Amino acid sequence: MSARAKSRINDFVIRLANVNGTGSASANTLLMKSIFRMGVPVTGKNFFPSNIQGLPTWYEIRVSGDGYLARSGDVDVMVAMNAQTYQKDLNRVTPGGVLIYDSTWPRDRQLARSDITILGVPFARMCNEHFSNARARILMKNMCYVGALAALLDIDMDVVRSLVEEMFASKTKLIPANMEAIELGANYAKEHFDCPLPLRVAPLDKTAGHIMIDGNTAAGLGCVYAGATVGAWYPITPSTTIMDGFKTYCERFRVDKDTGERDFFIIQAEDELASIGIVLGASWNGARAFTPTSGPGISLMSEFIGFGYFAELPAVIFDVQRVGPSTGMPTRTQQADMLAAAYASHGDTRHVVLFPSEPQECFELSVRAFDLADRLQTPVIVLLDLDIGMNDWMCPELDWDETYRPDRGKVLDADALEKTENFYRYLDVDGDAIPYRTYPGVHPKGAYFVRGSGHDKYGKYTEESKDYKEVVDRLNRKSQTAATLVPKPVIERSGQPTKTAIVSVGSCDYAIREAIDILAAKGIHMNYMRIKAFPFSPEVEAFLNEHERIYVAEQNRDAQLKHLLTIETDYPKERMESILHYSGLPMHCRSVLEVIAPEVAKGEAA
Amino acid sequence: MTYIAKPKIVHGGLSRNGLGLTVRDYEGGMSTLCAGCGHDSVTAAIVQAFFELDIPPHRVAKMSGIGCSSKTPAYFLSASHGFNSVHGRMPSVATGAAAANRELHLLGVSGDGDSLSIGLGQFCHAVRRNLDMCYIIENNGVYGLTKGQFSASADVGSKAKKGEINQQPPIDAVQLAMALGGTFVARSFSGDKAQLIPLIKAAIKHEGFALVDVLSPCVTFNDHEDSTKSYAYTRQFFHRAVHLDYVPPADEIKAAYDEGEAMPIQLHDGSRIVLRKVSEDYNVQNRGAAIDYIRAHQRKGEIVTGLLYIDEGEPDMHGLNRTNSTPLTELPYERLCPGADALTALQQRFR
Ligand SMILES: Cc1ncc(C[n+]2csc(CCOP(=O)(O)OP(=O)(O)O)c2C)c(N)n1
Ligand code: SF4
Ligand SMILES: [Mg+2]
Repeated sequence: MSARAKSRINDFVIRLANVNGTGSASANTLLMKSIFRMGVPVTGKNFFPSNIQGLPTWYEIRVSGDGYLARSGDVDVMVAMNAQTYQKDLNRVTPGGVLIYDSTWPRDRQLARSDITILGVPFARMCNEHFSNARARILMKNMCYVGALAALLDIDMDVVRSLVEEMFASKTKLIPANMEAIELGANYAKEHFDCPLPLRVAPLDKTAGHIMIDGNTAAGLGCVYAGATVGAWYPITPSTTIMDGFKTYCERFRVDKDTGERDFFIIQAEDELASIGIVLGASWNGARAFTPTSGPGISLMSEFIGFGYFAELPAVIFDVQRVGPSTGMPTRTQQADMLAAAYASHGDTRHVVLFPSEPQECFELSVRAFDLADRLQTPVIVLLDLDIGMNDWMCPELDWDETYRPDRGKVLDADALEKTENFYRYLDVDGDAIPYRTYPGVHPKGAYFVRGSGHDKYGKYTEESKDYKEVVDRLNRKSQTAATLVPKPVIERSGQPTKTAIVSVGSCDYAIREAIDILAAKGIHMNYMRIKAFPFSPEVEAFLNEHERIYVAEQNRDAQLKHLLTIETDYPKERMESILHYSGLPMHCRSVLEVIAPEVAKGEAA
Repeated sequence: MTYIAKPKIVHGGLSRNGLGLTVRDYEGGMSTLCAGCGHDSVTAAIVQAFFELDIPPHRVAKMSGIGCSSKTPAYFLSASHGFNSVHGRMPSVATGAAAANRELHLLGVSGDGDSLSIGLGQFCHAVRRNLDMCYIIENNGVYGLTKGQFSASADVGSKAKKGEINQQPPIDAVQLAMALGGTFVARSFSGDKAQLIPLIKAAIKHEGFALVDVLSPCVTFNDHEDSTKSYAYTRQFFHRAVHLDYVPPADEIKAAYDEGEAMPIQLHDGSRIVLRKVSEDYNVQNRGAAIDYIRAHQRKGEIVTGLLYIDEGEPDMHGLNRTNSTPLTELPYERLCPGADALTALQQRFR
């Protein structure tokens, strides 16, 4: 064991290097879940190629008793199962760390690092000896390394076993073989190495009341709870699992047991142009409808999004952001659609955009998005990213307020229409810039004609400049109403006098909180504001104005959030400095430290 | 000329339909299309069809894309709901509307540019889905609204007003819909009201996607000599393959048809259509033979019209999805939300 290895309990990162298509995902989840069940905060991030089989993939598990769930930027335990990337994986280990490799085949000459501990376990050989079926040999190798890690990291075997039993609850005959593989690995480790390692897991009680879930599933579940009945989509990574989630729970809760009739309609459209058209048509006709997509889909939907803005139709669009444009890095994360979402389409537009930061918020804001879309009669875009959408995050359990009822906004029903003298679709009756709408077919007085920019405030066709301006100016006022209705930012003050703050959005949250704590420990104090929605609520500008210097942290090259703040507030641009992380991998706190206090960042790396 | 001038005065003695409404109640705003535009005749036929079917106007949604043709929903059924969407994308909006509320009557009006160029994909997929709607293409071989460029339905050798000759083969909506599994496929001519009105009525009543491709000449950009979509050319070459009468549910089939000559087909709501074969060798329930027939006549420069194919047996979009027979929009929220206990229970697998 390297002398440099320090004892670190519940504070390290495990990286598992695999080949995709070899079934490692369930083993990696098992490992992470075991730590979670021991009460220790944990998070898992999957770095995978745009490919089905045969390319390198990594899974990174951060164990943090203190609850820091961003990437740390370090790799303390590397499990190098992929010969293709072996050299790279070896180099990636942080000094003082551990590398575990498959010693079935000799790799001596490549094992050239004295600053880390290298442990060889003959995974392939053991599995070949114990299992006869070729596919089982591959799959069991994964379980075998889980066993070795369990012994090395002091993971509770009873927890592992009960998870395996749950995993295979519907195929119980697979349990013994999987447990056998796990024990093979564990026994080998115990016989050959000093177990546990100084890096290890010790039980805590910090995960009670929490779950591990990905943001997409939570968002899809939110659509079910919001009462959405129509979902339209065109498959695209990383958004597909939103519809998978919606479908799973609709099939469970919304199919009549006797007749098989469904209380939902999922339409796999021919493309995203059609998906958004379907959503607008369904919303217009009175359903709650949504579409999940990613950046390329937003590009295609833009004309219709602008149409929805002008015709004032609700729509809920989930954009699970990925690196753009086109193919190449579609399985990498980014926050680079913020400007595209805020002003999607030609013409003067400004859309409501929500920025959840973790799965529980995906659930919550998914429901909220439908309420806002109905209340404001406009498309609402929920911006997730691949990191939130597809990775398993530890978050508080989802709970549901039984008194919740959808806010369908200002809709005149048959009774109201009966009593109304004249219904004018685009008239601002209440002074909040939100007109009244009707659902088709409800009452003869409710009929009106939906069209793009050519309508006046009564809903009549017009090409008069004055009438047009009246409508767009009201839409601008509606945007101000929107700013007062959207979720307010989360503001956290350092508790110390400071004129400096960090402003950020979405999945940057954990990296920033960690950075703020590290800086505070060095006497550098920062306030923090996480923006949850656009148009910005008045609190956003007020917070900026309290500070002399603002760091805007985000995951894109062009400082899109900073641009939005520049366009939409009067805070001086030159007092904002960017923290930009756009490698395609989730943000880690070091990228924040490097900008704010490079000397601290260096210290952290050592 | 087949332009139907619209009298603006309401006469006292107008007949009333089963709802007590007159044909005026099915009209719309003043047309702003060019005088003589074929589209105005289609508008008149739509007004008549809905009037005669006793459909309450507010139970109809008029869907369109962009083009002169797509503007026409403003000129009929002013008491109905209208949705003038974006260019080529009306089928998707109609799909969403149908998904939300399966009881609303959907009428789509589109152009050859709107459906066969920019919207070709959406058109095809609406056919495939067997979306329950009456879909009318007002086909003039050009983009009227952008001033006369060839559309994808222009025939080879057809000459544009400025002299250019089209060399690319046309996309025929009728053959396309048949190939894609369309369950009601018809073609007509804006100048043949007697044929068009019963066709539109049957198309509205058909449960599934009903295409009515209507040759509808553009007097301003495509009505000259050497155009194959002019009034004169269409009159000369159109060929009625099948004659159709529409018989409402309660009525008896009164007209006398010779044995073997007439073929009644029952529609979902109990109404019937009676087909009389004008051509002996035509069978409206044989997809392959119908396409061959249309092709053979197309080679001779002839345009086959009438109800060209019908299949009442296929389930529509909702049938395929097994959607609740109550419109989704009418389901109470309490039925849709699984509730707090279910949420707690389903999270077991995430713990
Ligand atoms: C995205 C987009 N591209 C182009 C246009 C311009 N445009 C308007 S109508 C039209 C063609 C309409 O042709 P068709 O559907 O045949 O209708 P017609 O006017 O002939 O009845 C075009 C190209 C548009 N409105 N939107
Ligand atoms: S341009 Fe052609 S299609 Fe358009 S209104 Fe005039 S005649 Fe009709
Ligand atoms: Mg045209």
